[in-house]
Amino acid sequence: MDFWNDPLKVAADWLLGILTGWGMPEIAAQIVIGFLGVLILLSLLMVLDIFLVWIERKVVSRFQSRIGPNRVGPFGLIQPFADIIKLLIKEDITPTGADKVVYNLAPLLSMMSVLILWAVVPLAPTMLGVDLNVGALYIIAAGAIGTLSIIMAGWSSNNKYSLIGAFREVAVLLSFEIPMLTVMLIPTIFAGSMGIAAITNAQTIWFVFLSPLAALIFLIAAIAELGRSPFDMGEAESELVAGYNIEYSGMKFGMFYAGELLHAFTFGGFLAILFFGGYRFFGLEQVSPFLAIVVILFKAMIGYWIIMWIKYTLLRIRIDHMLAFNWKFLTPLAFVLLMVTAFLNALLADAPGWFYISSMFLSNVVLAWIALELARSTSRKEREKVEGAKKVAEAHH
Amino acid sequence: MTGEQIIFLVVAFFTLFSALRVVTTGNLVHAALWLIATLFGVAVVFALLDAGFLAVVQVVVYIGAIAILFIFAVMLTRKDMRDQGPQLNKTWWFGALLAVGTFSGLYFLLQGWNGLSKTAADFPSGFDAVGELGTALTSPAAYVLPFEVASVLLVAALVGAVYVAFNRK
Repeated sequence: MDFWNDPLKVAADWLLGILTGWGMPEIAAQIVIGFLGVLILLSLLMVLDIFLVWIERKVVSRFQSRIGPNRVGPFGLIQPFADIIKLLIKEDITPTGADKVVYNLAPLLSMMSVLILWAVVPLAPTMLGVDLNVGALYIIAAGAIGTLSIIMAGWSSNNKYSLIGAFREVAVLLSFEIPMLTVMLIPTIFAGSMGIAAITNAQTIWFVFLSPLAALIFLIAAIAELGRSPFDMGEAESELVAGYNIEYSGMKFGMFYAGELLHAFTFGGFLAILFFGGYRFFGLEQVSPFLAIVVILFKAMIGYWIIMWIKYTLLRIRIDHMLAFNWKFLTPLAFVLLMVTAFLNALLADAPGWFYISSMFLSNVVLAWIALELARSTSRKEREKVEGAKKVAEAHH
Repeated sequence: MTGEQIIFLVVAFFTLFSALRVVTTGNLVHAALWLIATLFGVAVVFALLDAGFLAVVQVVVYIGAIAILFIFAVMLTRKDMRDQGPQLNKTWWFGALLAVGTFSGLYFLLQGWNGLSKTAADFPSGFDAVGELGTALTSPAAYVLPFEVASVLLVAALVGAVYVAFNRK
């Protein structure tokens, strides 16, 4: 086994040889190597996170016709390090009446809920933390811990703005979890497994071509799950000051902020893995695992860029519109899409590949068209109702 | 003692301790957070038993939905969220009696059961536990009826909740 084909296994075997050579029992050596692997992955992610701050600031300034950080280092690349030093030396304030343990635990859980997602991300055919057979559900479970951290932060800060922010944010997160989980079952149907590695391996043709509607619903639900604009109800800086993290200062706020950025990047990655072939790109992943890592990071960056593009383009939606959009449009659409996909998948099990793909694609187009027509006629009726009420009110004046 | 046993003992102690804190802590939100810790401990036990699907569903459903709704209910129904009510009411002795009775009953039942000292057989290689579970839940020879009955019950509860909350204009 040569290093360039399976670097992780070669490195692990080499370390195992050294550690057992020192007289360590093999099982202990395995545990040490496992911990080292986790440590290295997490450190790389945190370093990546530092640069994500720079990327986010550069991209948003370009969208807003500004230049962005450009003073410290080439292209302002050293700026995030300066920010970190600033965050670290800031005074760490705990508000009076705060619930200390819960207050300090919340930022940790927030960061953790993002980092544990990377346990199931396949970076290359031979590189992944664990090949869980329930990978798709695991993503939602990690999200549940993120939701918990938000409500803990909002409650323990002893501040009405943070509590209202947490309530709104959690209502959005719980609602959008449902269409997200539903559309995650669609790649599961195509791949015949919930494991993330199996889903990646099954994508000889990217699932976005089989089910573009599912990819779109996943993107919308992911943006809501991230709490980013147009679904940034938890922050709503103009009415709630900053939402659930208003009382946090210094590095504790930094944890929420860095967690959000890494979360966005991670969901860009999951969009790539579930619908855009993960590390697969015209056989490049077979050449070298390092190329596969480059491919998946590149795809994740594109997903992250799309999320940023939407964030800095759209306005915030009102909370009742947001929830109505989810419960009355997105969730039923996701359910119908899942049923149609499952039905067609069973019906066309023996059909030739091109027929399977084109009928899946067409079913998506037809469903999207029907859903949009229904939404249009409903909104027209709503508008007429509102305008009729206005006319009545004017007649009374 | 194997590593798995050590992990189990630590997790079991953690779960029981947090379960105790759920009923002994005075602050309702703290009680809900301790309940989440308990449920997480149970999820870890599921994971130790190679029931990955149950472990993940435990986290998604119990922690992600039910416990969060508990916290919501506590926050929305109490005037003061730091409320420190009394821990016991008049019928505490009846609850204690019931708990002792249940525990001793289980103890005597499990005395005659030899499953406690057995070790479970490993899964055969390539065994798809999630797939098997899915087949079992939808096959008429297995659990399709209980599964459907539970679904109908949940739908009925959902319809009832919508009916109660529906605002007729």
